[in-house]
Amino acid sequence: MLDISTESCKTLRKDILTMLHASGSGHAGGSLSCVEIMDALYGGILRIDPQNPKKPDRDYFVLSKGHAAPALYAALAEREFFPKEELLTLRKAGSHLQGHPDKNKVPGVDMTTGSLGQGISIATGLALGTRAKGYDSRVYVLTGDGELQEGLCWEAAMAAANYKLSNLTLIVDWNGLQIDGPNEEVMNLGDLGAKFRAFGFEVCEIDGNDLDQVVKALSAPAGDKPRCVLAHTVKGKGVSFYENQVGSHGAVPNDEQFEKAMKEIG
Amino acid sequence: MSDVKATRQAYGEALAKLGGENENIVVLDADLAHATMTKFFMEKYPDRFFNAGIAEANMTDMAVGLAEVGFIPFVSTFAVFGTGRNFEQIRNSVCYPKANVKLAMTHAGISVGPDGGSHESIEDVALMRVLPNMTIFCPADEAETEKALRAAVEIEGPVYIRLSRMTTRALPEQDFVPGKANCMREGKDTAIFAYGTMVERALDTAEMLKAEGIDAAVYNFHTIKPLDVETISKCAEQYDQIFTVEEHSVVGGLGEAVAGVVAETGGCRVKKIGVNDKFGQSAKPEELFEMYGLDAASVARQIKEVI
Repeated sequence: MLDISTESCKTLRKDILTMLHASGSGHAGGSLSCVEIMDALYGGILRIDPQNPKKPDRDYFVLSKGHAAPALYAALAEREFFPKEELLTLRKAGSHLQGHPDKNKVPGVDMTTGSLGQGISIATGLALGTRAKGYDSRVYVLTGDGELQEGLCWEAAMAAANYKLSNLTLIVDWNGLQIDGPNEEVMNLGDLGAKFRAFGFEVCEIDGNDLDQVVKALSAPAGDKPRCVLAHTVKGKGVSFYENQVGSHGAVPNDEQFEKAMKEIG
Repeated sequence: MSDVKATRQAYGEALAKLGGENENIVVLDADLAHATMTKFFMEKYPDRFFNAGIAEANMTDMAVGLAEVGFIPFVSTFAVFGTGRNFEQIRNSVCYPKANVKLAMTHAGISVGPDGGSHESIEDVALMRVLPNMTIFCPADEAETEKALRAAVEIEGPVYIRLSRMTTRALPEQDFVPGKANCMREGKDTAIFAYGTMVERALDTAEMLKAEGIDAAVYNFHTIKPLDVETISKCAEQYDQIFTVEEHSVVGGLGEAVAGVVAETGGCRVKKIGVNDKFGQSAKPEELFEMYGLDAASVARQIKEVI
């Protein structure tokens, strides 16, 4: 049953801002850009069970861009992997909700991440491993665009194609901005579609903030190659003063901004 | 069992044996299966062998994914690449989440020989020692290699196993208890702590010293982490000097670990014998041991200078 809607996306956005506002630290821009992707995955595309989050033959999700942890935590809390009140403990002493996801602390977090590039490799290993175990699992991994500047991502892409991991879907949250500026200015990514195709992926390009397109791309049956979904998104999506702003990467709303942002989301 | 065998050879053979006993064991290599000797496993269990190509970082992170679904991955390449290029993968993807990944790296130390300094890892123990959740084994001979492997499989979490290209002789067989050094020889005057290829040399050193009236004990520190603090403290109380000998830099190796314990608990003087903060080079292994003061006679000479 799919439980995905623009309403639940609004809830995730408001939860993300509430968490960041409460913690006083975190990453707003890249958390808000991937909300539709997280809502689609946790709203029904992933075959997972909040009552049994470690079921071995489940689907797996790796948040390779670990700094978007607030989006993952909000999605998990929304699907009752843990109580929503915990969201307010983000980044605080003793909290399960570390600045970057820790699989040993949070029910539903499939992999500990934070060091860019490593999640893609780990997801490749998960896809290889679940297939070797005979599970019907699908493995989804979400990467940032700047993250693809890490050479490790391309080692992983080569391996995924080599092992014909058709159970692997790599989603690129392509908001075009990274800490020091636009991708093109920092280190041009070039033609990502052509690159992933050349590496042996099936590639589709979507508007990553359009829920229907996201659901369609992520729920499409596996083909015979690993899949790359290039999801064009808006950094800071949903909050006027964050949208397409380089500075929104590590932004945290103050009281006034928080009020304004919550109103805008509605 | 043969009298003389490299621990990399023993590793490859033991791994193939263990593969038959435990179907969760999988092996990853980075285009060096014929040098790390994982080829024996590859030939026997091709479905559980994954060649990652020349991409050590991806190999290690893929192993984390395999471990997550219940496999016990052994990751192999040369120690210099496996711990160096790979360090941050081992830190963040293996040790931080306590992934059940075994890192079995060969060609450690200067005894790699002709390949030279670029391939001779003299810092791997230092790199692995600083990581929380890590266990470090360095077996001294064939029998101990198999025991170390079996112990690694029993441990739920990261293990680094340091292996050599050079042959070592079969030593008197002893139990392998992780974290517990083995006394290979009693002695009343001093104690030598060694691991890996240096254990047989330390035993030869002790023989040479005996001829000159010095009675040295020899301990095999097959486990470098967790460190056998009990044995260190006991020896620090019993002797005026302890000597550590290792085919590794004196910076960050067993010597510094032992000295650190003794500095805190009090006791004797610790003299570190190892590679003195310089890189290796090309030569035959035995020549290199002499050039770096790590053959039995050179070690004996350095000990006599102190006593």
